[in-house]
This record gives sequence, structure tokens and C-alpha cells, in this order.
Amino acid sequence: MVGVSGAAAPARPVEIDFAGVEKRFPTPEGVVHAVAKTDIQVRQQEFVVLLGPSGCGKTTILRMIAGLLQPSSGTIAVAGRDLWQGSRRDSQALAELGIVFQDANLFPWYSIERNVAMPLELRGVSHRERMERARALCDLVGIKGFEKRWPRELSGGMRQRAAIARALSYDPEILLMDEPFGALDAMTRDTMNLEIQRLWMIQKSTIVFVTHSIAEAVFLADRIILLSPRPGRIRSVTEVTFPRPRDMVVQTQPEFQDIVRHLRGELEDME
Amino acid sequence: MNFLRRRRAWITTPLLLAIFIYFWDLYCRLSGIHPFIVPRPGAVLDQYLTMVQTRALWEHSWITVFETSVGFFFACVIGIGGGAILGKVRWLEEAMRPFVIATQVIPKIALVSLFILWFGFGPEPKILVSTVLAFFPILTNTLLGVKSVDLGHKDVMKSLNATRWQTWRMLELPSAMPAIIAGLEVGVVLAYIGAIVGEFAGGTKGLGYLTLEYQNGFNAPGLFGVLIQLTVIGFALYLLILGLRRSLIPWHESVLVERPAVPA
Ligand SMILES: Nc1ncnc2c1ncn2[C@@H]1O[C@H](COP(=O)(O)OP(=O)(O)OP(=O)(O)O)[C@@H](O)[C@H]1O
Ligand SMILES: [Mg+2]
Repeated sequence: MVGVSGAAAPARPVEIDFAGVEKRFPTPEGVVHAVAKTDIQVRQQEFVVLLGPSGCGKTTILRMIAGLLQPSSGTIAVAGRDLWQGSRRDSQALAELGIVFQDANLFPWYSIERNVAMPLELRGVSHRERMERARALCDLVGIKGFEKRWPRELSGGMRQRAAIARALSYDPEILLMDEPFGALDAMTRDTMNLEIQRLWMIQKSTIVFVTHSIAEAVFLADRIILLSPRPGRIRSVTEVTFPRPRDMVVQTQPEFQDIVRHLRGELEDME
Repeated sequence: MNFLRRRRAWITTPLLLAIFIYFWDLYCRLSGIHPFIVPRPGAVLDQYLTMVQTRALWEHSWITVFETSVGFFFACVIGIGGGAILGKVRWLEEAMRPFVIATQVIPKIALVSLFILWFGFGPEPKILVSTVLAFFPILTNTLLGVKSVDLGHKDVMKSLNATRWQTWRMLELPSAMPAIIAGLEVGVVLAYIGAIVGEFAGGTKGLGYLTLEYQNGFNAPGLFGVLIQLTVIGFALYLLILGLRRSLIPWHESVLVERPAVPA
């Protein structure tokens, strides 16, 4: 829509194919229609942001991509493999997914380095190799020197960095992030957003990022999928084409403000 | 200074003890109560110091500690094993609940008679009472711990495609550990009480038996001496579990010590 001109990059292959997916939760009070029939395609190395008001099904969509929830109907393919084979999850498709939750969800009984390397431990990687990788990752996400600490000895932002390091540890092609910085103050959040952009450009991964914040969405995204609630469905899709790497100053540009205003208008229309 | 602040209890505890002993002594002197009923602290200490030099006291102590330890060991096996299984298998928990509660509402003293009938006057009935008394808090705590695993943590294991065994070893067990240890802390005290109650009921060994003997001989200072010995052993058992807490869950709030500020 709005953005900086430039030759369109050749379309990359589709990494996440979310085809005709619907989710209903049976509850004692009746069926909750959380997500209506939805199609979302995310291409390789794309940064897609899911934006929408509370209860519009962002988390539900992300959990379905992550294989933590089975859709009521429709199919989900990750890296060309069907995520669900009947009621079993395809472990090879799962191996390409890394998730960062709203809470860091670190295990308090493991040191930071053991938490970061936990996915590798599950995969049977040797101790030495794991610890080397953990150290490199802690360095990468900016928590060097805290490898031996307990999670509770770190600040919220640092714990979230450790959670990101854990998700990166096995080099997944796809990173799913559910409001990872929702609990952080505005300044830390800006820093973390810059970090995410940097990591994404280094790792060349595909990211699906959930947020409430319009500014965060516009700053990070290649494409913003705006969802509306009851039941959750796609309201609009906005391409954001500011050149990378973006810095915080981009937020003061009139084009940036235009997109923010436009999205805010659409969000207000929903209420 | 800092050291003193952190070790405040090292000063307050002896102080309170001294005050207590002072008033005890004062009471004995002023009330003129017969020393057969309440002996003076000095007499009790003398008696205790004499007793610790006898072999008999240590033989009785050893028996009690032995019964408590074995009883506690079985209680741990039943409590932790049973709690873990019941915590994972819902229908089994519901089926077993009335029976588990039944073992707790029976006055244990009634069981002692039965156990003595079955096993005679050796250590076995005491161990059994000790186990029956101690396993319950361990089991309920383990059960609670296993059932209250954080959903977010479960999501992590699920998203990483962890096996059931990996999830048990890396998530469920460590997550339940603080609750299990809280159960052990209560359990070890109950195991101790169980052994002593068992000794009261029959046999010729153990500190419980010794208490009875002194009671029958109207030996008040001796009785107080045994009481001191019982307290000392009780403390030792409790400290043992406390040490367990520090070594098994060093990450937990109840253990974590402040560390110097974060490195640059
Ligand atoms: N396990 C569940 N059982 C029943 N209903 C559910 C369940 N999970 C989600 N829902 C419902 O589905 C809808 C979408 O929930 P979801 O958590 O995906 O929203 P969200 O967009 O992530 O909201 P937020 O921004 O507040 O996190 C809500 O109406 C919610 O009540
Ligand atoms: Mg959500």
C-alpha cells in the first residue's frame, strides 16, 4: 500500500499454508466459534504480523500453526509438510517451528544456559556442543554473562531474550511469537523490536508475530494481517515496504503515521 | 555487620533459650514445687550429661533412629511413587482416595495393637506405624505437585515434541519437587512420632520405651533427659531434610540466596 518504491522481489515459496482453517471450542456453555474459515499464506523469510483486538483469535491461530491445537477443519502445511496426520502431529514439520510465548516460560529449575539448550538436550545433542551453542546464543541475544544464573535472577526483558535464544537454538526455519514483549515497558520493547529485526535479518527465518500494538506491527512487519473478532476472521491485509534495517526514526515518517492512522481507524470501526 | 544481620537467629535463639531456662529456674525456686515433679534446669542438665555417657541411651536412640529412618524410607517410596502415579492417572486417584483417607482417619494407636499382634515386639510394628503416619503428607503433596504443572511449561515441552519420559524427567518431577520436599518435612516428623508411639505400645527398646521406664520409676530428671535427647534427634532429622531442600531445589524461592549484582 504505502511504502518505498523498489523492484518487487521474486516471490519466495510458501512456508506456512493455512488453508480453510476453522476453530470451534466446545465448552459447557456452548460452542465458541474462535476462528472462522481463514486462509493465510506466509512466504519464506517473510515477517508477518497478526494484529487485532483482544479475543479475535490471534493466539488460537498461532497455536494451530505451532501444532498445539488441532483445527476443527481445514489443513495446515508447514515447510511443505502437512502438520497433522490424522490426530498425530508430524514431528519433522514441528522441528521447523520455534515458539516464543507471551511469558518466557523458562524452567526455573534449570540455569539460563540449560534452558537455552533444552531443545538440543531433547534432541540428544552432546553436552559440550549444547553448552557451546548456548553460549553463542546468549551472546547473540545480548545476555552474555548470565549463562549460569537462575531464570528468576534475570529481569523480564532478559528472560524474554533467553526464551528467544531457546527458540533459536535448533535453527528452526519459522519463528512464532505471541506478544513476546507484551509485559515489557515501552523503552525495553523498542530495544527488543530492534533486536528481533536484527536477529531475523541474520537468521533469515520466517516470522509470524502477534501483537496488540499498531506501532509495533507497522515497525516490524512486511505484511500486517488485521483480524476482527467474533468469530476471528481477516479484516484486511497491509503491506509495509520501508527499507531494512529500520530504525526507530522511521516511526516519525508521515508514511508510517499514515499506515498507523489507517489501521487505527479500522480497529475503531470494529467496536 | 551484614553477617550479623543475616545470622540474626544465631543470637536470638540462644537468648530466648536462656530466658526460658532462667524463668524455669526462677519458678522452681520461688514456688517450692517438689523436684520430683519439675526438677531444676541444672539438675536436668546434670542428669542429661550423665546419661549421654551411658551406652544405654545411645542404644535406645539408635533403635528409634533406625525405626524412624526405615519407616520414613518406605513412606517416601509409597508417598512419592503413589503420588506420582495417582497424579497422572485420574480414575485411579478417584478410586483410591477413600482408601487413602481411611488410613488417616483410623486412630493410629489402634493400628499399633494390630501390628504388634502380627509382628511381635521387635522393630517391625514401629516401622509400620511410622510409615503409615508419614506417607500421607508425602503422597498428597506429591499428588498436588504433579497435578499443578504450569500450562505454559507444558506447551513448551509439547511444542518441542518431547516424549512422555522427557516431560516427566525435565518438567513434571522438578516442578513437583518443592511440594514433595514440603511433604518430606512434615513426613519425617510424623515418622519419628510414629516410631515413638510404637515403642510406647510394646517392646523393650527405643527412646519411647525409655520414657515409659522412667515414668514408672518416677524419675523426673531422667524423663527430662530423654526429652532433651528426643528433641536433639528430632532437630537432626529436620535439618537433614532442610539440607535436602538446599541441594535438591537450589533454584526455589525458599532457598535462593542473593548474589552480587549482575556482571557487565
Ligand atoms: N481453550 C479454549 N476454550 C474455549 N474458548 C477458547 C479457548 N481458547 C480460546 N477461546 C476463545 O477463542 C477466542 C479467541 O481467543 P484467543 O486467545 O485466540 O484471542 P487473542 O486474539 O489471542 O486475544 P488476546 O489478544 O487477548 O490474547 C476467544 O473468544 C476465547 O474466549
Ligand atoms: Mg492471545
